[in-house]
Amino acid sequence: MSAATVTVADAPKAALRHRLAERGVDRTLLLLLPGVIAMAALFCYPFIYGLGLSFQPAKGGVFGAYSAFFGDSFSEGTIWTTLGLAIPASLINVGLSVPISYRMRGDFRGKRLLLTLLVVPITLGTVLTAEGILEYFGPVGWFNLTLQKLGLVGAGHPITLVNDYWGVLFSLIISGFPFAFLLTHSYLSGIHPALEKAAATLGAGWWQRFRFVTFPLLLPGLLTTFCLTFVLAFSVFPSAIMVGDPDGRTHVISIEAYEQALQNFNYPQGCADAMIMTAAMLLVIGLVMGVRRFFYTGSTGGKG
Amino acid sequence: MAAIAQAAGARRERRALRMRPGSWLVWALVVFFLVNVLGVIGSVVLDSVGKTWFSGWTPTGYTTSNYSQAWDEFDLGQVMTVTFQITLLVVGLSLLIGVPASYALARRDFPGKRAVMLLFVLPILVPPIAYGIPLATMLYKVHLAGSFTGVVAANLVPSVPFVVYTMTPFIEQIDPRLEQAARMCGAPTRSVLGRIIAPLLLPGMLAAGILVLVRTFGMFELTFLTAGPTSQTLVVSLFSAATSAGIRTAQNIDAMAVIYTGSMLVLLVIALRFVNPTQLVARSRD
Repeated sequence: MSAATVTVADAPKAALRHRLAERGVDRTLLLLLPGVIAMAALFCYPFIYGLGLSFQPAKGGVFGAYSAFFGDSFSEGTIWTTLGLAIPASLINVGLSVPISYRMRGDFRGKRLLLTLLVVPITLGTVLTAEGILEYFGPVGWFNLTLQKLGLVGAGHPITLVNDYWGVLFSLIISGFPFAFLLTHSYLSGIHPALEKAAATLGAGWWQRFRFVTFPLLLPGLLTTFCLTFVLAFSVFPSAIMVGDPDGRTHVISIEAYEQALQNFNYPQGCADAMIMTAAMLLVIGLVMGVRRFFYTGSTGGKG
Repeated sequence: MAAIAQAAGARRERRALRMRPGSWLVWALVVFFLVNVLGVIGSVVLDSVGKTWFSGWTPTGYTTSNYSQAWDEFDLGQVMTVTFQITLLVVGLSLLIGVPASYALARRDFPGKRAVMLLFVLPILVPPIAYGIPLATMLYKVHLAGSFTGVVAANLVPSVPFVVYTMTPFIEQIDPRLEQAARMCGAPTRSVLGRIIAPLLLPGMLAAGILVLVRTFGMFELTFLTAGPTSQTLVVSLFSAATSAGIRTAQNIDAMAVIYTGSMLVLLVIALRFVNPTQLVARSRD
């Protein structure tokens, strides 16, 4: 800062240090060094190393690992299995958080308590959620007992929810919905209430206010929320093993990559699977972000 | 819940005295969700103090022996020690690395800043399992996999960017003129850092540190991929116990799960004293 105020007018060839300082480059930037080095060594290098390793499989040439993945219908199917879990889960999470956060955008007593309650499932983590789901949604769990009590299912014929697709979907909703809700809520509270009031003054009903004022302003935020919940759901791992059917209906791509790398010790294949997983995820995010560009993403009037 | 909303509505405006069907539906959804979450947690807690629970609404009898059994069987004393060592080390290191970096990012505008920001945002966006597998492979190559160091190093990957993204907006809102004024009065860099910046940064560092603490304590994927038998954290041993079941009773595993939840809740209560709930999921948007 202090260096930047030195003028170069009377010194046609100012010292390099001053010229750099004018563009914001000075010794303060050395503070960045540890962080950048740590990220380069622990994130970029492994990623590039893994990418390189994925092109050096034991057999099959340069693209051997990739053709092995796409050649085997079991491993190729993991992409669709994962998408089949992640897309419904993120749609449900985002879809539910819109009406709920719209209803709760104002201030009311107990709001902080409610937000706190909603944070709990996120922090519990997937392992504990899965353990709980196994018992709660299990054949003799409270959920099935309640259904039987209400007469919705016949006694002695509990519906199978765990060790199946549904258990994993529930776990994704339990850990993903609060996340989506809190994000949507913070986006929604960033839209100035005066905009809606102005619409109301012009005679718009609540549906029109929502449809033509709030929703268009919220949409870019919703797409970002969708992306973030999708990333979480796409990389589902512990719950797919614990409450799912890891060798069948919930054999997701992260399980496939883990088994290849750390159970079969086929590191090139494992890295290739991880790369395919990243690419598939980036593809979906790229699509959603491409759609996002078509919407208004400017100021929303700030916090009300 | 509905009553709370009604009361709040009535307090402010008479309009919301009778709630519309839409409101009822929304509140019903929230209550249904919370009831199910409560059931999920509650059945684990209840089972952990039960003798046997094969069917019916409640276990057949209650005992606390599951906890002592779980403690001995899973060697939880050692696991807890390792967990806290790893977590605290990660918190300390990520603050040490992250805070200076966020200071530079907050105070300077330099060519390539966007690239540095991208470098710090990617580890938050890419899911741990996607970069964890190459990272574990690399750690195996340099013989760090399974070691304490390896687990700490792996956990730094999401923690450092998290500190950077929590601290940068925090530092941006501290007036740079304070530092300039101190320099004007002749303070050397050491005093500016120690007497001006550090006290102002302390609340932010506390918040960021607690958030990293909570996240590292619950971080499953990275620790699972890189941990060895002696460097497992609580959540990883819980997963191993739950998936390689057989001799162990479900009650013992649940006792362990409750110990995990209890520690997590203690951390969470501490965290919520210092930070806003929305900060736990996203970087602060100040």
